[in-house]
Amino acid sequence: MSESAITITNLTKRFGDITAVDNLSLEIGWGELFGILGPNGAGKSTTVNILNTLLEPTDGSATVDGHDVVFDPEGVREVIGVCPQEPAFYRFLTGEENISLMGEMHLVPKDILKERIKTMVEKIGMEDHIKRRAKDYSGGMIRRISMLMALINDPKVALLDEPTVAMDPKSRRAVWDFIRELKEQGKVIILTTHYMEEAQELCDRVAIIDEGALIALGSPAELMEEHRAKNLEEVFLKLTGKKLREAV
Amino acid sequence: MNLRRILALTKKELRKTTRETAVLFLLIIFPIMITFVFGFAFGAIGGGNTTSFDVGLLNLDSTGTEADWSYAFTGNLTTSEIFTVYNFNDNATGQDALLQGNLDAFIIIPEGFGNSVESYYGAPFDPSAWANTTIGLYVDSGSMIAVSAVPPLVQEALMKTIFGSDAIAIGLPVEIGSPALVESSTFTQWDYMAPGIFAFAAIFMTMIVAQTMTVERDEGLLKRLRTTPASSADYLVSQTVSYMIIAVVQVALVLASSFAIGYRPASGIAGVAFTFVIALAFSLVAVGFGLISATISKSAEAATGMSFIFIMPQMFFGTFMPVGGVTEAISMFIPSKYVTDALTTLFLRGAPITTPVIWTNLAIVSVVGVLLVIVGIFLFERFSSR
Repeated sequence: MSESAITITNLTKRFGDITAVDNLSLEIGWGELFGILGPNGAGKSTTVNILNTLLEPTDGSATVDGHDVVFDPEGVREVIGVCPQEPAFYRFLTGEENISLMGEMHLVPKDILKERIKTMVEKIGMEDHIKRRAKDYSGGMIRRISMLMALINDPKVALLDEPTVAMDPKSRRAVWDFIRELKEQGKVIILTTHYMEEAQELCDRVAIIDEGALIALGSPAELMEEHRAKNLEEVFLKLTGKKLREAV
Repeated sequence: MNLRRILALTKKELRKTTRETAVLFLLIIFPIMITFVFGFAFGAIGGGNTTSFDVGLLNLDSTGTEADWSYAFTGNLTTSEIFTVYNFNDNATGQDALLQGNLDAFIIIPEGFGNSVESYYGAPFDPSAWANTTIGLYVDSGSMIAVSAVPPLVQEALMKTIFGSDAIAIGLPVEIGSPALVESSTFTQWDYMAPGIFAFAAIFMTMIVAQTMTVERDEGLLKRLRTTPASSADYLVSQTVSYMIIAVVQVALVLASSFAIGYRPASGIAGVAFTFVIALAFSLVAVGFGLISATISKSAEAATGMSFIFIMPQMFFGTFMPVGGVTEAISMFIPSKYVTDALTTLFLRGAPITTPVIWTNLAIVSVVGVLLVIVGIFLFERFSSR
């Protein structure tokens, strides 16, 4: 196991004239629940997509568990679990089959896979629906299944890109509990969100980014104290002059 | 590449085939349906029954001195189970009925027909003494089976009239004036079509592959898989294997369906086994074209339309549709044509499995299939999957 879970050094990603991530540097330790906050288009998903090897950086570097995202993408994919912003799932498969398929991709031993699906499904409150075809699920159910698809391989590093978007409060609380449990297991969790309440509730540290650049880094409490703000929303407002708030 | 991942992805793809109604219809139900529909529409159902032809007859020798010969000929035509004979009083009405599609053939017994036969018996070894006549035979050119089968059957009835039941091939004073050099046959039109049905059924896999790839690309499923240790090779091999399995199922279904409606290919077990092999090779063609369609399509809907660029030529120039002239030249570049040709050689001509031409056909389909899959994978990986 490498010293840092994730090291991002001077990371830049440009799409033509647009700079989505601008010279970003971060060091994230094991067992840390790290939030990347920012409005839509801030560069959160681009950062996650570089870490999960879907995108290559224009400049700079990033390593996950010591594996370089450009030079050793296979190594990175072995240790990560990715919950994409748009939940991608096979509509014609059941929830269980979708999760199982991802486990097969990670070569999780069959007996462990079966047991793990059972346990995780219970934790996330989907046991009554897991045999149904995914096309019949509600939006919240799909997001929960998508989360389990990401975590079925028991990854060292979980990259959760806006995992609770559009979820009802009850489902969101269930997911939060689940994320806390993952953290207790010593995993590093990268959570992108534009829900400030979620970040305050869950994250050890947060990086606030705007227009691709890092504008603040620290624990929620530190940031609020430093900027004399009641919450992270206010921190963002004071830093950028813009409102970020979306109702939870 | 990892076998477990390939099997898991293959299982996923096969589940889609059985669970998505449109896919199930196109890949599994459609081949059965088309076999039954075409088999009933164009075939002699019931195993071994021959087709009946509606034949018009104008006897211009009914009042001659040797009219009995023309009546005997008419009787031989009428008593045949193959012909349903309708008598006409003039040429124009008969020709009109043929033109309208009410008849498969129109026969004119010429004046002096009986005298011709008598002249033969008067000097069987001296053709110069014969009074020659010609039976007019007009066949519906729109009916492949009538063109093929009627002339030799009329010839047979004529021989029976002159010589009784012993048909012999010697010179005669009476000849049949219409289509010559057509081999006698009891094939139905379905027999000609059946070999093409196998390729026809598989052609639509191209559309399903194209749709699948675009949907999985557009819905982020390919990206999701790319964040796992599964490689592109795992995914693409699983796609190919899935459609090879589906091709085998299709062949089995078409064979079973056609057998059920009485089709008996003139080929043994080896020929049937060959059908499975060439269908496997042809599934590569379908996957290759599907990948290319997916690459150049922005959405699943576009992929559906785009796939028809590859489906239509194969359907019209490489299955059971008659080709000739320019279309025959075009068909030389159509992979499905080689599948149909090989199966026609086996099923219709009854050629043995060792016939070199069928192996040449298999080689062509295999090489083209492998090349198309390679090109498809390259294009999809290069331009479409990220």
